Amino acid sequence: MIAAFILGTGLLAVTTKKIFRSAIWLLFSLMGIAGLYFWMQVEFIAAVQIIVYVGGIVVLIIFSIFLTQKSGKEMPEPVRGRMLFSILAVLLGFALTYLLIYRHGFTQMNDKPFTAEVSDIGTQMLSTSEHGYVLPFEAVSMLLLAAMIGCIVIAMKSKTETK
Amino acid sequence: MTGIPLTDILFVSTALFFIGMYGLFTRRNIITMLMSVELILNSVNINFVAFNKYLYPEKLDGIFFTIFIITIAAAEAAVAIAIIINLYRTHQSIDAEDAGELKF
Repeated sequence: MIAAFILGTGLLAVTTKKIFRSAIWLLFSLMGIAGLYFWMQVEFIAAVQIIVYVGGIVVLIIFSIFLTQKSGKEMPEPVRGRMLFSILAVLLGFALTYLLIYRHGFTQMNDKPFTAEVSDIGTQMLSTSEHGYVLPFEAVSMLLLAAMIGCIVIAMKSKTETK
Repeated sequence: MTGIPLTDILFVSTALFFIGMYGLFTRRNIITMLMSVELILNSVNINFVAFNKYLYPEKLDGIFFTIFIITIAAAEAAVAIAIIINLYRTHQSIDAEDAGELKF
C-alpha cells in the first residue's frame, strides 16, 4: 500500500500540468518514502528524510515556484513525439531492469535482525578506524560550506550588476 | 515483516527511478526537472537501505551512503534554485530551451 502510494503520487508529480500541484504531489511522494523507511525500521533515515526533503527541499522548490512564475499557470503540453518516445524508452528500461532483478533472485537472504541504532551510526560515522566514515563526513561538510558560499555569490552578483 | 522479499522493494525503487526519468525526459521546466532528479535520488536511497537491510544486516554502510546522498541532494537543490532564480532575473523564463547561452 505504501508502494502504491509512492508510485501513484510520484507519477502524478511528473504528469500534472500545474507546477504547484506537481510540487505538492512530490511532497506526498517523499512522505511516502519516509513511511517506507519507517516500515523498514531505519527510523533515523526516516527522520532525516522528513527533515531534509519535506522540510527543506520541497519548501525551497515552492519558494522558487512562487518567485519565478504564477502558481496557477498551466505548463505547455509536451511534444507528442517526444512524449511517445520517452514513454517507450522508460518502459523498455524498466522492463530490462526488472527482468535482471527478477532473474537474479537474491537468494542469499540471511535473516539476522537488522538494527540501526543512532549511537552505532554516530560512532561509526566519526571513527577514524578502517571502516570509519570521518573523511567523507569532512568532505561533505566542506561541500555544504562551498554550496552555501556559492549560493550567496550567485544570488549577489546580479544585484551588484543592476546597481 | 520479513515476508516481503527484496525483489518487491527493488520493484518500487526501479519504478520510481523510471518515473523520475520520464519526468526528466518530458518536462522542459527547470524546476520540474529538478523535482524529477529528486525522485531519482530517492529511489537510489531506497535501494541502498533495502540492500543494507536484507543482504548485509550486520553492517551500516548503506545507511551512511544514504545520509551522504541526502546531504548532497540538499546542497544540489540549493545551488540549483539559486541558479534558477538568477536565470529568471536575466532571461525572464525558466525553460530549458531558453537557456542556450553560457555567457552574456
